[in-house]
Amino acid sequence: MAIEQDEIEKIAELARIRIGDDQIGQVTQRITEILGMVDQLQAVDTSDVEPMANPLDATQRLRADAVTEVNRREAFQAIAPAVENGLYLVPKVID
Amino acid sequence: MHNKSVAQLIAGLRAKHFSSVELTRCFLDRIGSLDPQLNSFISVTEDTALAAAAAADQRLADGTAAELTGVPIAHKDIFCTQGIRTSCGSRMLDNFVPPYDATLIKRFDELGAITLGKTNMDEFAMGSSNENSYYGPVRNPWNTDLVPGGSSGGSAAAVAALLAPAATGTDTGGSIRQPAAFCGITGLKPTYGRVSRLGMVAFASSLDQAGPMAHTAEDCALLLNAMAGHDPLDSTSSPEPTQDYTAQLDNKLDGLRIGLPSEYFGDGLDAATGERIDAALQQLEAQGATLVEVSLPNSQLTIPTYYVIAPAEASTNLSRFDGVRYGHRCTDPVDLHDLYTRTRGEGFGDEVKRRILVGTYALSAGYYDAYYKKAQQVRRLIQQDFMRCFEQVDVIAGPTTPGPAFSLGAKSDDPVAMYLEDVYTLAVNLAGLPGMSVPAGFVDDKPVGLQLIGQHFDEARLLNVAHQYQQVSDWHLRQPAAMTGGAA
Repeated sequence: MAIEQDEIEKIAELARIRIGDDQIGQVTQRITEILGMVDQLQAVDTSDVEPMANPLDATQRLRADAVTEVNRREAFQAIAPAVENGLYLVPKVID
Repeated sequence: MHNKSVAQLIAGLRAKHFSSVELTRCFLDRIGSLDPQLNSFISVTEDTALAAAAAADQRLADGTAAELTGVPIAHKDIFCTQGIRTSCGSRMLDNFVPPYDATLIKRFDELGAITLGKTNMDEFAMGSSNENSYYGPVRNPWNTDLVPGGSSGGSAAAVAALLAPAATGTDTGGSIRQPAAFCGITGLKPTYGRVSRLGMVAFASSLDQAGPMAHTAEDCALLLNAMAGHDPLDSTSSPEPTQDYTAQLDNKLDGLRIGLPSEYFGDGLDAATGERIDAALQQLEAQGATLVEVSLPNSQLTIPTYYVIAPAEASTNLSRFDGVRYGHRCTDPVDLHDLYTRTRGEGFGDEVKRRILVGTYALSAGYYDAYYKKAQQVRRLIQQDFMRCFEQVDVIAGPTTPGPAFSLGAKSDDPVAMYLEDVYTLAVNLAGLPGMSVPAGFVDDKPVGLQLIGQHFDEARLLNVAHQYQQVSDWHLRQPAAMTGGAA
């Protein structure tokens, strides 16, 4: 199926990925090719077929609601790009 | 020392024929002299390896050695290693030094293995040629104009070039088996959930599985013994009991029924590769196995199914890379939106971006049923094909890849052509089955692999078949001429 460049721009915005103006044409073409290949699925009769999310049809296990983790804030924040007073810093969100 | 299998190294260390420090030094020297031609390592952990080897020698002397004490191995750079950079082949994680170890790393450490370093890979394990790495492509030790396969291309090349006796890999759609085939080594993707995924950077969570890569099936069994088992910290890890995967290696093949799917021997298969696979199957038949023609009628749907499910799961998993908590961050973001979009635009390579976009599309409002749900339904049909075959046969066999390794650059501009490389391996991940690639000869001096596919949790039988084949063949012992020199 053909996919328009503005639709790729919308998807890239949803995925929070900046794509340069010089690349958007090629990205659109490649994704059109991939989706064209994927379109074979539409011809398959899947009525009454249960979707498979896990190849062993396993379901999520539950565990006791007990604290098992220790607080390692310093170790985790030591690898962050910007922290201050135990907080992760990002550009100002609210004026 | 570098010519020995893991089993031989364990015996040699215990018999004091060499020390772990000597052994580790030998492999580090080989990496230093030969890896500049291959680029199979992203990080070499020389100092920690030598310190661990010295400690291993002490344990060997004390009589307190564990199963793998003193044996050097390499780990794919997808497994988090505390204090050692874990890049996943991506600029996004170029500066990422994990604050914890993956469960798999912990297990190898506890059993005494020595980490030589972290191997190169396609970025976030997305690729079939190892050309998608931020750290540059890996080259095939048999011919450096060729790709080693991917995504575990660094692990495969390092083992094939005798830079490490064994390595870990991960396989989401063929990423252990395809590079094992291209590099002439033995690789096993276990059943989904057999090996913990904790600390293994996630690509497609319902498909990802870690496994061993080595020269022999026996070594893969020894490594699987170390890796397999339930991990309470990975909710998808299987509680199914493990077994000693070496216990059945010596079983004879009399009465074994091997299914040959007609779809795996059709037009897409290179004729010379097909001849090598046929010859290997005839040897298995001579060893007592019965060859049975079977059918996997939905085989032609595995590529489209995989290329919905894997990108959809990847787009979700990779949303965690936001430039806030760890990893790459763009410089001087003007606002939060700019921080996210520029960080991700810079940090991810082209193939990773493509898959995130395809996955985002497949999951977006209005398309979910047509793509993602549809693919999940076809996934079940693909698994049911295998289950029907396993009513008639014990294992399924065929080629690992449509042909031998291709040249660098040959397919890198055509994603869909690259995806076809995994036509025989993807279905195994979709169905969650164990699969192996076993060296089965050469086509124009390029290795080819025989693929063996088993029922869920039947790794021991696959390893048995591969081991028996390796008793009557020596393809797995061949070594690339250019790599047999260097420090010995």
